Amino acid sequence: MTRTAALMSYEDVLGRFEPVLGLEVHVELSTATKMFCGCANRFGAEPNTLVCPTCLGLPGSLPVLNRAAVESVMRIGLALNCLIAPWCRFARKNYFYPDMPKNFQISQYDEPIAFDGSLVVALDDGSEFTVGIERVHMEEDTGKSLHRGSSTGRIHGSDHSLLDYNRAGVPLMEIVTKPVPGAGHRAPEVARCYVTALRDLLRALHVSDVRMDQGSLRCDANVSLTPRGASAFGTRTETKNVNSLRSVERAVRHEMQRQAEVLAGGGTVIQETRHFDEASWTTMAGRRKETSEDYRYFPEPDLVPIAPSQQWIEDLRTTLPELPWQRRARAQADWGLSDAELRDLVNAGALELIAATVDAGAPPSEARSWWVSYLTQQANTRDVELAELPVTPAQLARLIEMVTEGALTTTLARQVVDGVLAGEGEPDEVVAARGLAVVSDDSELQAAVDEALAAQPEVAEKIRGGKTAAAGAVVGAVMKATGGKADAKRVHELVLARCRP
Amino acid sequence: MSTISRGEVARLAQLARLAVTESELDVFADQLDVILTSVARVGEVAADDIPPTSHAVPLTNVLRDDVVRPGLSQQQALAAAPSAEEGRFRVPRILAADDPQQRTDMGAEQS
Repeated sequence: MTRTAALMSYEDVLGRFEPVLGLEVHVELSTATKMFCGCANRFGAEPNTLVCPTCLGLPGSLPVLNRAAVESVMRIGLALNCLIAPWCRFARKNYFYPDMPKNFQISQYDEPIAFDGSLVVALDDGSEFTVGIERVHMEEDTGKSLHRGSSTGRIHGSDHSLLDYNRAGVPLMEIVTKPVPGAGHRAPEVARCYVTALRDLLRALHVSDVRMDQGSLRCDANVSLTPRGASAFGTRTETKNVNSLRSVERAVRHEMQRQAEVLAGGGTVIQETRHFDEASWTTMAGRRKETSEDYRYFPEPDLVPIAPSQQWIEDLRTTLPELPWQRRARAQADWGLSDAELRDLVNAGALELIAATVDAGAPPSEARSWWVSYLTQQANTRDVELAELPVTPAQLARLIEMVTEGALTTTLARQVVDGVLAGEGEPDEVVAARGLAVVSDDSELQAAVDEALAAQPEVAEKIRGGKTAAAGAVVGAVMKATGGKADAKRVHELVLARCRP
Repeated sequence: MSTISRGEVARLAQLARLAVTESELDVFADQLDVILTSVARVGEVAADDIPPTSHAVPLTNVLRDDVVRPGLSQQQALAAAPSAEEGRFRVPRILAADDPQQRTDMGAEQS
């Protein structure tokens, strides 16, 4: 359990082993109510205020299944190219832990509602990697525990725990991949890109708010290593509740290096649950799983089976929106993008922002250029997602309009964006407040041109002699004198006109 | 000719967190054996065309609309709790059956 366990270099890991991934993603559905009762499904309420006899497991209460939750999961299954089970049931998963007041969790066991699908994942270089989907099943989320009396806030060493059941019974689904071999050195990237693709898909379906930071999307990453030349998979570990996309990638990479070091040293990988430490980018041993736990699953007697008719399935299929990969293909066609250009804007998280900017009236090429270059730089500098920058597509469209009209140069426009990002108001307000409008008054420009020519008589002479390329130096001087607020093209014209022989 | 062993009864008792004495293990093994044998007789009359069932009522797709209904207040929810603190149910120290140090602090016992 040391934090600084020796690690094999990543290159050596790949020389000796083939990684195999398995990803389990839990997603809280954004239904209005819980899975089996009419309590509101909401994050952040006062503890134990979104509860009723059913989700508190009080005697005599009975669960009734939420239609919207079932339909959400069926739509997800369809979007993942899964088969929908013609008949399936819920099961009780029995265990003793106070996060479920019933002492069991209602889940699906051997009869998931959707199974045998796939998700095509776009990798960073724009290439595609297909991840097989084993199953999608429905269950209910558990309550939240606080452990008190220990210095760390962890369960170990605590002397009592406090339970909030607002989350108990919130509709949850689990999406489990088939084993993913063949990713090689890209295994950590595939893991991250899979979760990204799944998040984008769920967002497009409007079935969850998919906030990893709030726990509405949680990823467990299974990793094992197969020695090169061997056929059987190695022993896997499961790293729990990795809370960000970057952490998914780091956790897989670390686990590959850690396991390789263990195996190379003649040791064996222990099948266990591990926890990812966000600070050190390492995984630490948690619960051992030497024997699979006996949850004594049995069919839930208080719920009847779900038997989706073909008609119901087809009706739901017609409700599927444009899916992310279809959206990308349409954007590429509409905006005339190369594969590389599409990849760059997808990686920047800019697709919807550009689309919204275009909808607000900007030409696609201008909208793309702003979001993918200058604004991406600004987002990176601030270490936030592009969409989190405090500038809206409408504001950017107005800015682009001002540049197109000649009211702003690109240099000035960047200063206007800086102002908007700094909270100085709308683009027009920033232009007015900072005095950034282009100097369009010819007489003012003419005076600046004359001054610049007078300051560089030898250059003026060259231009008069026909060397018009020398005009650049004068234009530069004028731009400097006007603080970049002049239209360089117009200044150039004025310089040449003044020096006409 | 038991269909359930003493060891299996002990294992089940442990899973159910029941304290069962050595002599009770024998008693329960015998009693469970009678129950299992009786239930197994159902299998003798179930032909291949009779699917296993888990529900006596032949219903499917019993669903409710996704509409919020009023529940309990925090005070009502905690009224019958043996102990409460900070608006939450207070429970004694949580121990794992085998080894408390191996227990995770993640709470959710998802599969």
